[in-house]
Amino acid sequence: MSYEPVIGLEIHAHLLTASKIFCGCSAAFGGGPNTHVCAVCLGLPGALPVLNRAAVDFAVRAGLALGCTIHETSIFARKNYFYPDLPKGYQISQYERPLATSGVVELSSGAERRCVGITRVHLEEDAGKSLHEGFPDSDRKTYLDYNRSGVGLIEIVTEPDLRSAADAAEFFSRLRAILVWLGVNDGNMEEGSLRCDANVSVRPAGADLLGTKAEVKNLNSFRFLQHALEYEIDRQIDIIREGGRVVQETRLWDANTGRTVSMRSKEQAHDYRYFPEPDLPPLFVDAARVAAIRNAMPELPDARRRRFVDEYALPDYDAGQLTQSRALADYVEATIRAGAPPKLASNWIMGELARKLKEIGVDIAAAPLEPDRLAGLVALIEQGAISGSMAKHVFEKMFASGLTAQTIVKAEGLTQIDDESAILDLVDGILTNNADAVAQYRAGKTATFGFLVGQVMKAAGGKANPKRVNALLRRALEAR
Amino acid sequence: MRATATVRDLRDQIRSGRRSAVEVCRETLTRIERLEPSLHAFNSVTTDLALARASELDAQRDRWRDAPLLGVPIALKDNLCTRGVRTTASSRMLESFVPPYNATVVERLCQAGAVVIGKTNCDEFAMGSSTENSAFGPSRNPWALDRIPGGSSGGSAVAVAARMATVALGSDTGGSIRQPAALCGVVGLKPTYGRVSRYGLLAFASSLDQIGPLTRTVYDAAVTLTVLAGADPADATSASTPASDYTAGLTGDIRGARVGVPSSLLENGVEPDVLRAFRAALETLASRGATLVDLELPHARHAIAVYYLIATAEASSNLARYDGVRYGFRAADRPAQAGRHEQTDALRTMYAQTREIGFGPEVKRRIMLGTYVLSAGYYDAYYLKAQQVRTLILRDYDRAFERADVVAMPTSPTAAFKIGERVDDPLQMYLADVFTVSANLAGLPAISVPCGFTTEGLPVGLQLTGRRFHEATLLRIADAYEREAPWHTEEPRISKEVRI
Repeated sequence: MSYEPVIGLEIHAHLLTASKIFCGCSAAFGGGPNTHVCAVCLGLPGALPVLNRAAVDFAVRAGLALGCTIHETSIFARKNYFYPDLPKGYQISQYERPLATSGVVELSSGAERRCVGITRVHLEEDAGKSLHEGFPDSDRKTYLDYNRSGVGLIEIVTEPDLRSAADAAEFFSRLRAILVWLGVNDGNMEEGSLRCDANVSVRPAGADLLGTKAEVKNLNSFRFLQHALEYEIDRQIDIIREGGRVVQETRLWDANTGRTVSMRSKEQAHDYRYFPEPDLPPLFVDAARVAAIRNAMPELPDARRRRFVDEYALPDYDAGQLTQSRALADYVEATIRAGAPPKLASNWIMGELARKLKEIGVDIAAAPLEPDRLAGLVALIEQGAISGSMAKHVFEKMFASGLTAQTIVKAEGLTQIDDESAILDLVDGILTNNADAVAQYRAGKTATFGFLVGQVMKAAGGKANPKRVNALLRRALEAR
Repeated sequence: MRATATVRDLRDQIRSGRRSAVEVCRETLTRIERLEPSLHAFNSVTTDLALARASELDAQRDRWRDAPLLGVPIALKDNLCTRGVRTTASSRMLESFVPPYNATVVERLCQAGAVVIGKTNCDEFAMGSSTENSAFGPSRNPWALDRIPGGSSGGSAVAVAARMATVALGSDTGGSIRQPAALCGVVGLKPTYGRVSRYGLLAFASSLDQIGPLTRTVYDAAVTLTVLAGADPADATSASTPASDYTAGLTGDIRGARVGVPSSLLENGVEPDVLRAFRAALETLASRGATLVDLELPHARHAIAVYYLIATAEASSNLARYDGVRYGFRAADRPAQAGRHEQTDALRTMYAQTREIGFGPEVKRRIMLGTYVLSAGYYDAYYLKAQQVRTLILRDYDRAFERADVVAMPTSPTAAFKIGERVDDPLQMYLADVFTVSANLAGLPAISVPCGFTTEGLPVGLQLTGRRFHEATLLRIADAYEREAPWHTEEPRISKEVRI
């Protein structure tokens, strides 16, 4: 019998607000331990939370981008549990009435388009950090850093709509792209500003009922997510094949061993005793505020991708690649607006530029080469003023110096030999000196053509327009 | 003139230069020194800070001339955060806790020219009706030293009754300002929920807690409320409804005011002396032109049950932060052992022992009750149901206010009981709040004013409850009553004996 995995994800994303969600402390990552703290985020007696409006706006923006309904009234709730990095003994979250529900995200890789339902998007605060390692006395002590305590988060919960580890990884990557695109989250999984847990179960292929699920935590990279899910799916299938039953439990991904290990059973599960947070009034987000946020939203990746196909006649693949990030898509459009033919611009951006940026480890947003400079280079190619190989050389120079393509071409005398009579002279010379090759060509060994082209180009010092060399050489061979 | 006259007297004397703030402060401190051994109203007396503050006011008399509480000695319940001054909530858990910030009300009092003289004793975390739950021992009623002063703001009531402070702040979650005010013969005002910022008040039950003044006169309560009231950006539940000068409406004229009386509620469980004083108070109000209206509060009989579900639920969560990790009491660490599992065990033990030793029995009882109420499978039956009945209680009052401007009841069904009398019977203790909890559940303002004495010479209080944000109406009626029946001029003998 074959089995089908059923996967749903829970994603926690830090909001890129300047301050924390319920106090004025900096929400920035890092800083000396316990330097971004105050009475509120340390949970001192008598301190009260006050909601950061910017956090709400960010969450609404994310909710809208994920196709959710934004609720006019949502309610904060307390999730109660004891842990040293949770200073109040409860986390302020949303429970019965979240900010946003019922969204959908389309996955479009592969042959068919699939939809992943978004159950809910809600606001909550992060806890501090327990540092179990890295100190001389770490075998006996745990250190606590509350800089992260009270940083605003959205939790995004999907429907159990994912059917493979690869799908889950693709969805997570897509979600990350959207959040980063919106400026809501920085997408940094290493620093923990984007985190993912998964609920996984398996069932006989085609069955309606869901199997018993396990929650897998600590999936904080695309690779971990995919590996952990693959491992967990196999583990559950093995149990069922051997006649056993999957137990409902929380499991932790251990990247070192490549396995998931049991963290706590259903019986040990916390009773969080949620109840409405009495320190915060219900959150009202009226239609006008939602509309204002919607109007101020950037064009989303999907829409932009479609527009790249429609407006610039780019292939769907290119459009998809070029809309991986807002900065990249902005770069592409700026290049096109500066006069570059879209497909040529796309080739250069996905090719040379991407390679070069990767080489120096710089993001497109900080590319040393301005879009109009790249457009200038592409224009020279388009005009036939320089050859492709010359262009690569020029590109390197531009990248290093910041000079325009024109300036470099002029300074290095790189202008392509495009003059028909000049090329014809070269062609005549080569044909005369290579009578054997010409004879072979005539005898039907057309592969010799390439050799002859190479000879002409060599004689031209690489500067002849290859297209024209081709044309003139062929004409000369046919004529003789 | 006695050291602790009323706010109005003191302020005028200091303004005119007849007395200095330091003089008033010294005399107050002397009274505290003499009376404190018998009464135990205070957990801390901030002698040096108070004197420094008073001399600062004297030195800059021009700058402070118009301050409404100029030089007024104020005592703060020990669950209000004071920067640099120990704030214990009368709990062993916070015995040495010194907050790095002031509660908003403390800031406002200071801006109004007040002189904070100390922190008053109370039931631990404001949970109780007698101050017997204080980790530092009970306060004593100045009218009868073997009796409780009421609670939880008992120390505040004692301080004002025995003239150890002109004004004291308390907090009221189910009657904790009004009941001790009644039992000590002073005025106690619980404002509308949201009228006064809770920032810096150690939370007991966040949806019920409200800070308010205990004073000798209604006018003083009005002045203090004027200082305290108003929106606070640090408290999201503070109301934006504009506050006003609450002394403005104290005209003494209550002709046409409608006073509602829920007679059927008073049929059982009220001491005869209390009932007699209450009825006499109603007659006094009527004699000044008020109309008495009989009305029903059909769900009021459920108020105690509802209160002990909601208040304990919120408390169980609010008190979770006292875990020994960051501040306050921590049970001794066990010898450290290597390994994560051992560390987890050690952590659990530390939590359990810290809370076992750090909290007193009543606090632990309420945490357990509240934890149970919120637990999976019980939430709907208890917490949710209680919230529904809370709504019904609120509607009862809405309906009552269609026919009446205020609702009158005795503040407490009994006068002060003996120390130790009810400590072993929590349910009996909880009934002390039977007339006061409704105002908290409905978020309404309520005031207790002295309305006579029992045959044993113990004070009795009249409680008036008003519409949301209609403190002015409450104060006007209470003031008119006080003019006609000046019970507040009576003074406990122990207080009179200190001739300063």
